[in-house]
Amino acid sequence: MRGKRMDRRTFLKVAGACVLGLGVMPVTDVFGGNDLPKILRNPNALVGKKWAMVVDMKKCWDNGEEGCVDCIRACHRTHNVPNIGNAKEEIKWIWTASYENAFPDQKNEYMEESLKGKPFIVLCNHCANPPCVRVCPTKATFKREDGIVIMDYHRCIGCRYCMAACPYGARSFNFKDPRPFIAEVNPKFPTREKGVVEKCNFCAERLAEGLLPACVEACKHGALVFGDLEDPESNVRKILRSNYIIQRKPQLGTKPNIYYIV
Amino acid sequence: MYNARNTVIGLILLIGLVSFPFWYSTGKAASAPQPKLDTPTIQELEEKRCVEATPYMRASHMQLLNEWRTSVIREGNRIYVAENGERYNMSLQNTCMECHSNKTQFCDRCHKYVGVKPDCWTCHIESKENKL
Amino acid sequence: MLEMALKGSKRYWGWIISLLAVMGVGFSCYLLQLNKGLTITGLSRDVSWGLYIGQFTFLVGVAASAVTVVLPYYLHNVKTFGRITIFGEFLAVASVIMCLLFIFVDLGKPMRIFNILLYPTPNSIMFWDMIVLNGYLLLNMVIGWNVLEAERNSVPPPRWVRKLIYVSIPWAISIHTVTAFLYAGLPGRHYWLSAIMAARFLASAFASGPALLIILCFIMKRFTKFDAGREAIQKLAVIVTYATVISVFFVGLEFFTAFYSQVPAHGMHSLEYLFFGLDGHGRLVPLMWMFVILAAVALVLLINSKTREKESTLIVACVAVFVSMLIEKGLGLVVGGFVPNPFEIVTEYSPTLPEILITLGIWATGFLVLTIFYKIAVSVKEETG
Repeated sequence: MRGKRMDRRTFLKVAGACVLGLGVMPVTDVFGGNDLPKILRNPNALVGKKWAMVVDMKKCWDNGEEGCVDCIRACHRTHNVPNIGNAKEEIKWIWTASYENAFPDQKNEYMEESLKGKPFIVLCNHCANPPCVRVCPTKATFKREDGIVIMDYHRCIGCRYCMAACPYGARSFNFKDPRPFIAEVNPKFPTREKGVVEKCNFCAERLAEGLLPACVEACKHGALVFGDLEDPESNVRKILRSNYIIQRKPQLGTKPNIYYIV
Repeated sequence: MYNARNTVIGLILLIGLVSFPFWYSTGKAASAPQPKLDTPTIQELEEKRCVEATPYMRASHMQLLNEWRTSVIREGNRIYVAENGERYNMSLQNTCMECHSNKTQFCDRCHKYVGVKPDCWTCHIESKENKL
Repeated sequence: MLEMALKGSKRYWGWIISLLAVMGVGFSCYLLQLNKGLTITGLSRDVSWGLYIGQFTFLVGVAASAVTVVLPYYLHNVKTFGRITIFGEFLAVASVIMCLLFIFVDLGKPMRIFNILLYPTPNSIMFWDMIVLNGYLLLNMVIGWNVLEAERNSVPPPRWVRKLIYVSIPWAISIHTVTAFLYAGLPGRHYWLSAIMAARFLASAFASGPALLIILCFIMKRFTKFDAGREAIQKLAVIVTYATVISVFFVGLEFFTAFYSQVPAHGMHSLEYLFFGLDGHGRLVPLMWMFVILAAVALVLLINSKTREKESTLIVACVAVFVSMLIEKGLGLVVGGFVPNPFEIVTEYSPTLPEILITLGIWATGFLVLTIFYKIAVSVKEETG
């Protein structure tokens, strides 16, 4: 990419040089004359190698009042997620599903009362081995170096192959123009348009500015913890070390990066 | 010539249709648009300069935006260092439109003149003042 | 040779105009879809593929089935197929065109379709499907046209065409294998996660494709001077018979694995939904039983040599095969994969009127292409006697 960025600069300088009648400068001079990289990472950005989230459902149920949707509201407002108002075309990045629905392979008839029908926070699992990335025919869905599975909405052709591939139902499709269904538009973040798929992006845009994901920030009770799995001293690793955790459908080999404490 | 009359009529019609855009617009040269720069944010600027020099921006803003898009989404790098060393947050919606808050007077004028319809604004939100 | 498609009876033109009318209706519905989005279809976030992708899948099979006449003729020198290979190839052309159209209308952002070429992604099966389908279309167009031209000039087709024909044989197998891989490699879609998916696809393809070809031969015999010959049709009927038997057998295998193991994650829920209803939802149950009944009728008529050899009952059997496979593959297979959804909730799907009209419009386009190519082929055959 660096070469590509340099191309335009080179062109400008060379063009300028020609106008002055100095002839074509050696390319090495052009590079040597300016050692500033053109594009940088924000120095405040949160940097990780494998982002993950621990959802402490105990904290959520014990401390949160019944029906608390702070995390969901924060996410959906931040990202201009529309409220389509019909289950078939619903668009959601983070939502709740009952234990039996979220963990269908781990339910049983005589389950402990404390789990039965309990709402679980569910979102994209940012799998380490994501099937949606594998099937996408345009690389519109891809996995970043920090483990975030993210979409380039400019490139999505709306084939919905990723929706068929995702075993977590984490992907939504814009069956119609979402704009009229956004109650309060966040002017800082784009919307999507009809015909593309969308999903949770682990707040890549906030991490880039050094902020935690909106849902994590919104939870008053610290039920959502975000951190880097590759860092042994990270808060997520500390929690995982000392708690019994479950994951959604680990048997499918997708290696989900959302962990649940129950 | 076989079936000469119909062939000639057909040919004339064809030439007429194909050349339609040329003779339809003869003598009606549209004047080049003057995009407006008088937004409050631009007025406050000491040096009225876009992220790069005006001629470059005029000719290549779309390449620049494409480059930004790739960098921001795919590489996660969001700070652009301009030719003069100034740093910018690479964002159409939050940086470009901050100054050029007058989309209809700025973006649309030229786009209309050259007959392009960029679909940026089906997702990226334009500043409020345009909606008035 | 194209001018041969421009000379025809009143009945021919009437047929062409009615196809164009259906295409027009389909196209206007597509414009509506382009404007409103896929919300005008019956699709949902749970059942995100439906009629379009189902028809695509089914028609890839019809396209691949050209190999059932090409292979015996060119590899085993089965002379009786010499008269109809060209019709198999043109049927493949029309089917692949329909396939591509079905994919196109299913896209949320069709104007970005070339992103598949701009950002080639070999790890996506869809990328390979695009390559094999377009390659197959090209192969069959070139082969069909050159073989026909050679026939018209009463010379053997050029040597390079023969080489292309040999390439087209494994290529036909590949298009349906790759299409099966679209489904068979997805974690969490239990109904599709089956190693016999490609085999099942090929078996049903070799049943439905030749069945359609037999029907088309009878239509041509009725309305044109071209007769495929009793021997060729009977040979095709035998192929249809075996393929239908194998096809039904494969469906049976899925039932056994699912229900004897009793593992829900082996497609048991999907099969329950399709054939018996699940959690009180069973919109597809009548259709799936129609598949069962039609397949059974077809098997009885085909296995019994008396009914297979009799023209009228053979036609009934072929229609039964074609419709049953259309239901099973063109709808049941796709929807079954999505029900129940990843949360084990049943969301039902039924196509809407515009969706059906768009589908019919594409079928009409396919039949138009087929009619034109068949008209030319029949004219050449009439000309050369």
